[in-house]
Amino acid sequence: MIRIELLTPNGHLFSSDTYNKLFTMHGVVMIFFFLIPSIPAVLGNFFLPLMIGARDLAFPRINLLSWYLLVIGGLFAIFAMLAGGVDTGWTFYTPYSTTYSNTWVIATALGIFVAGFSSILTGLNFIVTIHRMRAPGMTWFRMPLFVWAHYATSLIQVLGTPVLAVTLVLIFCERVFHIGIFDPALGGDPVLFQHLFWFYSHPAVYIMILPAMGVISELISVYSRKPIFGYSFVAFSSVAIAVLGFLVWGHHLFVSTQSFFAGMVFSFLSYFVAIPSAIKVFNWTATLYKGSISFETPMLYAFGFIGLFTIGGLTGLFLACLGIDVHVTDTYFVVAHFHYIMVGGAIMGYLGGLHYWWPKMTGRMYPEGWAKLSALVIFLGFNLTFFPQFILGYLGMPRRYHTYPSEFQVLHVLSTAGASVLAVGYIIPVIYFIWSLRYGAVASSNPWGATGLEWRTPSPPPVQNFEKIPVVTHDAYDYSTTIGEVIEVG
Amino acid sequence: MTQHIDSVKTYALVFIALVFLTLLTTAVAYVDLGPFSPVVALAIATAKMLLVALFFMHVRHSTQLTRLVVTGGLLWLAILIFLTLADFGTRGWLGVPGR
Repeated sequence: MIRIELLTPNGHLFSSDTYNKLFTMHGVVMIFFFLIPSIPAVLGNFFLPLMIGARDLAFPRINLLSWYLLVIGGLFAIFAMLAGGVDTGWTFYTPYSTTYSNTWVIATALGIFVAGFSSILTGLNFIVTIHRMRAPGMTWFRMPLFVWAHYATSLIQVLGTPVLAVTLVLIFCERVFHIGIFDPALGGDPVLFQHLFWFYSHPAVYIMILPAMGVISELISVYSRKPIFGYSFVAFSSVAIAVLGFLVWGHHLFVSTQSFFAGMVFSFLSYFVAIPSAIKVFNWTATLYKGSISFETPMLYAFGFIGLFTIGGLTGLFLACLGIDVHVTDTYFVVAHFHYIMVGGAIMGYLGGLHYWWPKMTGRMYPEGWAKLSALVIFLGFNLTFFPQFILGYLGMPRRYHTYPSEFQVLHVLSTAGASVLAVGYIIPVIYFIWSLRYGAVASSNPWGATGLEWRTPSPPPVQNFEKIPVVTHDAYDYSTTIGEVIEVG
Repeated sequence: MTQHIDSVKTYALVFIALVFLTLLTTAVAYVDLGPFSPVVALAIATAKMLLVALFFMHVRHSTQLTRLVVTGGLLWLAILIFLTLADFGTRGWLGVPGR
């Protein structure tokens, strides 16, 4: 709907108010209720215990509680949308959110607050599970990189999410009780909100992308039949991204009257995140070198991820640069950048992982031809949607406007056309995944010939994951011993 | 892992200390200490936090790993405060409005 509205320069479909509510709804739902929980909740909950040889997570009931909290949070957000929506953007910037907006700010914030606890509990559960429940022989440096990535993600969830919760409570306090925290008229400081918000919300990007990186490490290794090049570097780079990610939030505040000196420090620190990110990308490509590469659907998503994440990451360096950021702040350049990371990165990782583990989760294979086609359609549709937005932003098209000068129309039409292609690309997997549940070929326990423990149990796994807890004697991705070897079931 | 349990007397003393510190916070609020008012209030709050963490939350007798978790949490709070103050503390140094 947003993209259709942007087909024409004058915006015939919606009023400005409705458009504000639409992009807020898009941001809130996609970030807090899809991207953050997607890989950890769907793939992490299922495979993290399997991959370390455990029967379940350390706290199954807390896991259930975290599911209930996510649903309750989602219900609040849905209520807010149905009741009239909220128009602050997903960022809830003050003083608009606390003083001026007449929309359902509190209900939406409450939904995010509750869903945040779901995220914290998942992180807590993963950390304890990884520390306490590894199978005999599963040392830290034998763990699959998917598990390392989730460990780093969990650290962010536990350390960062409470700050978001506190920030949302402070919005509530100021909006309802008029306690001066962010409003200068009451003795507050609006930029303080941005500090608190981005202390969580910048690392939150890594909550979305790190699990995807974990998935990609698995895929690259399996489909090139090689151990990941520089395993320990890739493992530690996840932790490094988690830690460094907490030191860079001020790059969102370069034009928000933040002190110039703080801006310099944040700019400098932001460049550091490129190091562990580049370590991953280079090590994945080095893994491919002389590998026995095959091009199954998950691997296509992995290639897509590497390309799109690299573009998203490198344009992030543009934004970390104080001078360039002033030019492109709040333009489509930023929109394109974060969609390359969050959609091109996180969703490609999610879909790659979903295809890779679908046979294990359901016991059925998906149709490979359709899956390859949809991976290609998604890749093309994604680039057609978001690449023109880099140009739009650089030319000065601001984000969050539904009207624009007519010279931008060609690029907007391209972007809308891309979004339509992308939508088709997303609908095809929905159809064939549902189809495969009933009609797909029955999957063996290890259809990809992979090394992980999750492939040493039947597809789908029994309730207790393993009939007998496995004993680990090899490093992760040790293809020297398993190529051609039939892995026993049970 | 051995479980160390403090005596009721210890808990009672900690409780009394917490009540005393709360009363002290209230009393100090009536005294004008100028710029030191928030410093004193935060110092008392920190002391109370330490008492709760060390005794009621058993951090004093916990494993190294638990202590690491607690220290990590405090370190992250310090990052939040320090880097935010890096902005607030250096605003206006350039003499340009808004910078």
